[in-house]
Amino acid sequence: MDLFLQTLIAGLLKGGLYALIGTGMTLIMGVMGIINLAHGQLMMVAMYLTYSAYALLGLDPYLSLFISMPVIFILGMLIQKYLLNPLVHTETILPENQVLMTVGIGMVLTEVMRFIFTSDYKSVKTAYSNATYFIGEISFSVPLMINFLIAIGVTLLLFWFLIKTDMGRSIRATAQDKEAAALMGVNPERTTYITFGLGAALVAAAGTLLVPIFYLYPDIGGPFTRRAFVICILGGLGSTVGAIFGGVTLGLVEAFAATYIAMEFEEMAGLVIFIMVLLFLPGGFKRLTGV
Amino acid sequence: MDRSTQIALGVLGLLACFPLVVENDYYLHLLILAFMWVVIGTAWNLIAGYTGQVSFGDAAFFGMGAYTAGLLEYHMGISAWWGVPLAGVTATLLALPFGWICFRLRGAYFALATLALNEVMRHTATIWEDFTDGMVGIMILQTFESKLPYYYIVLGLAVVTIVIIELVMKSKWGYYFLSIREDQDTAESIGINTTTYKMISLTIAAALTGIAGGFYMNYMGFIDPEVVFSLHDISIMAILVGIVGGVGTVYGPAVGAFVMVVVQELFRTGGFGVVTSLAESSGSEILTTFALYMTKAHVLGFGILVVVVIRYLPNGIVGDWDRITALWRRGQQS
Repeated sequence: MDLFLQTLIAGLLKGGLYALIGTGMTLIMGVMGIINLAHGQLMMVAMYLTYSAYALLGLDPYLSLFISMPVIFILGMLIQKYLLNPLVHTETILPENQVLMTVGIGMVLTEVMRFIFTSDYKSVKTAYSNATYFIGEISFSVPLMINFLIAIGVTLLLFWFLIKTDMGRSIRATAQDKEAAALMGVNPERTTYITFGLGAALVAAAGTLLVPIFYLYPDIGGPFTRRAFVICILGGLGSTVGAIFGGVTLGLVEAFAATYIAMEFEEMAGLVIFIMVLLFLPGGFKRLTGV
Repeated sequence: MDRSTQIALGVLGLLACFPLVVENDYYLHLLILAFMWVVIGTAWNLIAGYTGQVSFGDAAFFGMGAYTAGLLEYHMGISAWWGVPLAGVTATLLALPFGWICFRLRGAYFALATLALNEVMRHTATIWEDFTDGMVGIMILQTFESKLPYYYIVLGLAVVTIVIIELVMKSKWGYYFLSIREDQDTAESIGINTTTYKMISLTIAAALTGIAGGFYMNYMGFIDPEVVFSLHDISIMAILVGIVGGVGTVYGPAVGAFVMVVVQELFRTGGFGVVTSLAESSGSEILTTFALYMTKAHVLGFGILVVVVIRYLPNGIVGDWDRITALWRRGQQS
């Protein structure tokens, strides 16, 4: 029973971070209709930013949120403006040009980071990295708890932004109907920059939060990109609420697969779930709940 | 016979005579790889360029083929050459259920599903150690010492692949594929069973890719999951071969294959040794570090190439040939 509870808690805490990653991806998907296959790589860049801030300035990883999020936000805006938007107007046979472009961007980001930091594993050890406390027999990792709380905070901020502000309303309107939104006076170009920046900033937050508990290396982006799209398929494409469900579900599935089957199956489990959802519940949570 | 066929036959003639004139294993090796990429790129072009269903997971079929050939010899002692045709069968067996599940997805979502298939296959080959030897990989003895037999075998495969694609695209199926690419709903509404024809297209592509994988096993004599199921070196390379050459053209992927093999080699050898030797002779420190980086940077090169090609040459060298020549002429006039 303890093992079960312990796994449940670990899965839930991890799921909070996954929700953050998935929300960023699903926002981009909802507004631009593209799958950002550079998502995990943007997260990796944020992780290296956090690492550098710690190594050079001795900055606490959690404070780096205030560096990594704006920097990646601007990087995301630039990518959307100069690399993705121009493709909308070019005549091509392949409809997935933008998705292919994100693959290329992801490769460039990974290799540039490899140049600067080499392929070695790096980690940031803080005083609280290994801190845990116990309730009965069940351990709670302190950094994971902090991460979970910050993830919830960032998500709430995002919802406030989407629901209450003008820009947030424009984003939601564009996601629902691009042409109608443009007719209502929403600047579609600007909305796409902001959305991509926002999605990138969210995944950057997740990356920074991972730094104290995880190690980092340039190829870490790929697995997280794959997790992000599994989350989006689980939650229903373009649904922010769905992405939170999807993130928590994936966190739980991975935790249970790792505990009850074998460590190696952690990543496989997510992909199996992905195929199961496609088979039995195409449309994901969004179809069940309608949000 | 139109002009492109004449050029193609001329090039084929030159390539068939090449090993008789130049006896250099290194160039033969590069050409063998290029021919293998002609097969894979052309197959990718059928499903992605002609049918409009972009696959990000060609390595799944390639690796399946390579492992089929390798395991046949490793477990049963049957020559891996039997694995080459068998690889076509096993890749088809993988493609059928996959297509059945995933062709309910459209566009980019199908692309993601192929990416997932790629990863599932890689993890399976790594985890299932009793059967595949996991990360250790599979080693078999090569049949021929000389590269010449391999050269002609894979040249034959490349020619057969291009002929198959030409024939398919001239048949009724080809027109169905194009109509699916242009507008799935319209195709469906005029009575084309889009799922069936997408399956046919995927099956042909998967079988050809699997055969290329089987050949790779025979030629290299060694495979492991990281090599044959590699996302960057197989799946992305297949896409690059297709888009650099030109999607939706018969000879595009063939041109792309040669360009990409040269680019890959250019990075791997540091500009064919030019940068390295320049660095050594001049003793310049900047050049030395540059040469060192260059040899490690082929993935970066691929990434930049993806970005540049999609941005400026979206239809590839063959597809945008008129635009390239027009630019060239304008450049000469001014």
